[in-house]
Amino acid sequence: MTRGIYELTESFRIAFGQIRANAMRSVLTALGVIIGIVAVTLMGTAINGIDIGFNRSLALLGDDVLYVQRWPWRRVPDWWNYVNRPAIQVEQAERLNRIFEATPGSLLEVAVPVGARGTNVKAGDVKLGGVMLFGTNSDYSRIVTAEVAAGRLFTEFEANAGRSVCVLGSGVAENLFPGRPALGQTVDIRGQHFSVVGVLAKQGEFLGLFSFDNQIIVPLNAMRKLWGNRMDLQLRVKVTDKTKLTQAEEELTGAMRRVRGQLPAERDNFSINQQQAFKEQLDPVKTGIAVAGLFITGLSLFVGAIGIMNITFVSVKERTKEIGTRKALGARRRTILLQFLIEAVSICLIGGAVGLAITYVTCLGISGALPELPVEFSGSLMIVSMAVSILTGVISGFAPALGASRLDPVEALRYE
Amino acid sequence: MIAPLPPVATARSYRPPGSLVIRIEGVTKLYRMGAETVHALRGVNVEIRRNEYLAIMGPSGSGKSTLMNMLGCLDTPTGGRYDFNGKNVAHMVDDELAEIRNREIGFVFQTFNLLPRSDALHNVELPLVYAGVGPAERRERALEALKNVGLGDRVHHKPNELSGGQRQRVAIARALVNRPSILLADEPTGNLDSRTGEEIMALFEQLYDQGNTIIVVTHEEDIARHARRIVRLRDGLIERDERPGA
Repeated sequence: MTRGIYELTESFRIAFGQIRANAMRSVLTALGVIIGIVAVTLMGTAINGIDIGFNRSLALLGDDVLYVQRWPWRRVPDWWNYVNRPAIQVEQAERLNRIFEATPGSLLEVAVPVGARGTNVKAGDVKLGGVMLFGTNSDYSRIVTAEVAAGRLFTEFEANAGRSVCVLGSGVAENLFPGRPALGQTVDIRGQHFSVVGVLAKQGEFLGLFSFDNQIIVPLNAMRKLWGNRMDLQLRVKVTDKTKLTQAEEELTGAMRRVRGQLPAERDNFSINQQQAFKEQLDPVKTGIAVAGLFITGLSLFVGAIGIMNITFVSVKERTKEIGTRKALGARRRTILLQFLIEAVSICLIGGAVGLAITYVTCLGISGALPELPVEFSGSLMIVSMAVSILTGVISGFAPALGASRLDPVEALRYE
Repeated sequence: MIAPLPPVATARSYRPPGSLVIRIEGVTKLYRMGAETVHALRGVNVEIRRNEYLAIMGPSGSGKSTLMNMLGCLDTPTGGRYDFNGKNVAHMVDDELAEIRNREIGFVFQTFNLLPRSDALHNVELPLVYAGVGPAERRERALEALKNVGLGDRVHHKPNELSGGQRQRVAIARALVNRPSILLADEPTGNLDSRTGEEIMALFEQLYDQGNTIIVVTHEEDIARHARRIVRLRDGLIERDERPGA
């Protein structure tokens, strides 16, 4: 046991002596590993970032909210089956809520009607186009995913009365009232003056497609005064237990069919969406990117590994006589094997550490320059890439090291 | 087989032979070189005892090197029996032979075979590393071995900072550091000028007096004369086994 430790320290001593003695050669060989590790870890970081971005976006939808809509959140090749579906009605939310209350042990808590449409708004001289306007009632406070940064959401009274009050997304607030508090100001929506009662905290973009901060929330009744039914209406239903989303969805389907008075033979004339559906759509894409990316960057690491193998073969050849001497002095096979393995692993570890440092600095640079990008340099990435470095060294060093350990001492001593 | 003990010479000491270290019985070695089979050893019998100072001589092709590799447990015989300290090593595997080489045999090579990037001390410590001796004891024993060959003031010199004679002294210290049963030297003066060679042979004389068992393989009559016993090989057989100085 102690002998093993002494042999190990001797092996490290030889390895670092060897690397120092052949500095140029070692640096060039390590460069292959450095490039490989940088490529793989940057790819890993990017994949990690994509994952984080996806999850952040999905969290904005709420993981305990089901969306009842005319269209599903996926591409439908048979669009003609959907286009004639009846519109969602505000009253259906109230009827759903009555069913929820009447159902003992219901997994559904509350249904909230949300009308949506794009519009232009104005505040003083500042005009803002392409704002998402949401109309809803006071139950919205139970499903909202954003924090209220200032003020409040509107009350039940304001909602029912259709009062001209609004809650601004952080982006809208900044754009309309740069450098001053939006609370208490007035926003002009289609000629109607809405007073700002609340501002939401910053939420970010959804998959880079649109910003959740670019929204204004008003009472649905106020919105209907301006547009009537010319809006996209959906029902958002909060579930009581998010671990039972599937059952909740089934219950909601049944309730909605009752509300719609659908016959048993009829197909659902509505869709129930949830963030899980997005995940299912996006996961294969994510996996595809990860597999392809890691494979391609893995190739560069493979080239680095070949370099290590080559240099270890050269090292064994050069030191054949030394191997013979060591064997004559009592080095056993595994001692010689270990010596050359450690030499290969040492170069890989140095390459891996330098590569990681480069990746780390690159990540810092990227997140400094583009703070929007979810670049994450994780500890697990560090451990994994060091493990990969060691593995690369062991795999690429094994064949030459084994050859060295099996050399015939007589022939090795005779080698010039 | 063993000749009667020769009378004691005035100029040099003779120590009475001790227990049997090496017994070789009917050892043969075949090499296959392509289609041809070379009989390097054709049935060699030899016994070597503790406290002997023995030279193995012979022209090239006599089987001298093969016998030395065999004695040094670097190679195994094709046929016959080889007992080292009562253990048959003829059929041992690589790692078992490495163990014997490490503990029982001290090698001295013609080309010194020192590790070029290690200092004298670390070169001498090496057999102790493979023997599993701890760092403190290793250092102490290596220093002592270097002092014993007259290099106590050169322990941190690298081989390229030492003269040929000094390098061979380091090699001898390395060979003796693990207190082996035999010191096996292959043409130890082959790469040295004659004066330095004589110094090394004088050191061997001194080591013999200190109680080491020495086997020198050489083709030089002058070198062999230092030994107390000369085994002459020819064509893979022992031609003569003589004890000069009588």
